[in-house]
Amino acid sequence: MSTPQPPMPQTAPEWQAAPGSPYPAYTSPIPVVRTHLGHAVASEWTKIRSVRSTMWTLGVFVLLVVGIGLLAGMVVANSSSEMSGENALSLGFYGLLLGSMCIITLGVLTTASEYGTGMIRTTMTACPSRGRVLAAKAVVFFLVAFVVTLVSASLVAFLHVAMLEGNGADEPTGGEWLKATVGVALYIALLGLLSLAVGSMIRHSAGAITLMIGALLAPLVIALFMFSSSLEGVRQALFEYSIPNQLAIFYANSLSDSGPSGWDPLWILLGVTAVALGCAFALLEKRDV
Amino acid sequence: MIEAVGLTKRYGDKTAVHNLSFQVRPGAVTGFLGPNGSGKSTTMRMILGLDNPTAGHVTISGHPYRKLPNAARHVGALLDAKAVHGGRTARNHLLSLAQLSGIPARRVDEVLGVVGLQDVARRRSKGFSLGMGQRLGIAAALLGDPQVLLFDEPVNGLDPEGILWVRNLMKALAAEGRTVFVSSHLMSEMALTADHLIVIGRGQLLADMSVQDFITANSAGFARVRTPDTEPQLREKLTSALTEAGGHVLPEQDGALRVTGLPLPRISDLAHEAGVRLWELSPHQASLEEAYMRMTQGAVDYRSTADQKAGLQQPLPPGAQPPMPVPGQGQPGWYAPPPPRQGAPGPAPAGPYGAPGAAGAGTANPYAQPVPPQTTPAEPAAAPAPSPSPSADPTTPEDAR
Repeated sequence: MSTPQPPMPQTAPEWQAAPGSPYPAYTSPIPVVRTHLGHAVASEWTKIRSVRSTMWTLGVFVLLVVGIGLLAGMVVANSSSEMSGENALSLGFYGLLLGSMCIITLGVLTTASEYGTGMIRTTMTACPSRGRVLAAKAVVFFLVAFVVTLVSASLVAFLHVAMLEGNGADEPTGGEWLKATVGVALYIALLGLLSLAVGSMIRHSAGAITLMIGALLAPLVIALFMFSSSLEGVRQALFEYSIPNQLAIFYANSLSDSGPSGWDPLWILLGVTAVALGCAFALLEKRDV
Repeated sequence: MIEAVGLTKRYGDKTAVHNLSFQVRPGAVTGFLGPNGSGKSTTMRMILGLDNPTAGHVTISGHPYRKLPNAARHVGALLDAKAVHGGRTARNHLLSLAQLSGIPARRVDEVLGVVGLQDVARRRSKGFSLGMGQRLGIAAALLGDPQVLLFDEPVNGLDPEGILWVRNLMKALAAEGRTVFVSSHLMSEMALTADHLIVIGRGQLLADMSVQDFITANSAGFARVRTPDTEPQLREKLTSALTEAGGHVLPEQDGALRVTGLPLPRISDLAHEAGVRLWELSPHQASLEEAYMRMTQGAVDYRSTADQKAGLQQPLPPGAQPPMPVPGQGQPGWYAPPPPRQGAPGPAPAGPYGAPGAAGAGTANPYAQPVPPQTTPAEPAAAPAPSPSPSADPTTPEDAR
């Protein structure tokens, strides 16, 4: 080696014949540890915090949620209209709906960008347990998305309640607080996790982001233009189960009175995400990298 | 120890690798050669468990890659220097890989020092040059201090200092008893680095032998004879005399003759008898490059041709000479003389022709250097390379190996 390797703190490389082998085998002085999910989680945490796309998407997310939330709060606070029968938390919806696109993007990028850059080959060579890598990605991303959404949504919720105290808005109950903070944070983080699974299956950032944004907006847009009365049932279902409407349910602002209510949207999305992640795991094990 | 048995990979109806079996032993640098698209990278990907073989299997130290406990500590690989996220700094890239396999973080700074990237460790790898990217890839391969190393085109884009460094690195790694498996297109590099060669073409094994055996088995030396330029008739005379004596004469671009099948003293005698003066009579050893070209000639998928620019050329002004084609382009059989026929009388000697001098007159043949003797006791079967004999002593062709 022309560039001398710095001496290892442990013993020097030693010649040692492996049993049953006629060749001398090299044994590294660095102790070999048995790896587990924790190692992969640490690695994924390094990865997610060391790229700018994370900072950009999360930065824009916070900006949208807080910015639009503040704007909506100010407009309502300065208008003469009374918020009778509504609670102030529901104003957080608009920012969160737009912001969810950032979380979708980040979720897709967490998996698909490795395919785009070729990094996945390096990762899968370093850790051939593919499921472990995907699990670590899911854990790290979910926690990041959940924490960021929870903080932003809570901040906006507190601001709204404080701003609209004098406008006659209802005092939110404990359950409403929980849904408007932890509930939406879980929902948005799950939506991101679904995007992560889709990104892992599609392996193409732009394609997966397009698909997820389409899934977010298309049902509502299609339903808007379903004028035929024979399609009324389909139209109703599209409205009720569209992601924006499910998100609105957390603020008790559903477009219709039937359909999912309470915490239902979370369970629906949980099921869909579980199926998607299952498919992503199966495909990852089966396909060539 | 890497062991492939009947390795086959099909993509749809295209077979990338067909029934490939080979062993890569520790303690030696094994070169992996083949034309573009011959299945080298596919084979490496199958070794690393990235692609599942359609048939057959490949194991490292007796385990399939994906069953190895802590694979990164056992096997290090440089597959593609660009297989990194460009937005991540060199250090963070390596840190994430280190964490993945439980390697202490200080090892990251260590390998960055080894490959000489410590000054750009906190720069994003997007801005790296090809050579810097390659160094980063090598750092990733060395990270786990593994006993098996795979390198796909490691010297791609490196500067001369870097090439020398990689060459010495490979040898040093092998000398420590590690298994080193290197693919490369640079035959000159393999001649200097590898102890053993595995050659594939169109996904099938063409050769699995030591570098010296490879050259001897696949090509032959030849003699370059030059007669005075001023008297072309002498050249004709000598050509017929040599052909009569059983030699194989091929005219070269610059007027010299390429003779195979006759030892040098015999050529000299024949010239003397024919009354032909010689300006040059020099021995040439076929290089690894030539041997490789000869072997893979039939297995090249993507073949370059001369650029005709048909219909696009301006008519030449009167009196102008059309440009001479560059030797080698679109000329079949340029690369090397035919290999010596087994048992044929007086085969073209290969061994003693160790002198420099390549196809281009006046330029030293970089491939004609002897392969350094084995530095490792791991492969006693490989014979030491012959020492270069000065061209003043071109006798004893019979001891050609």
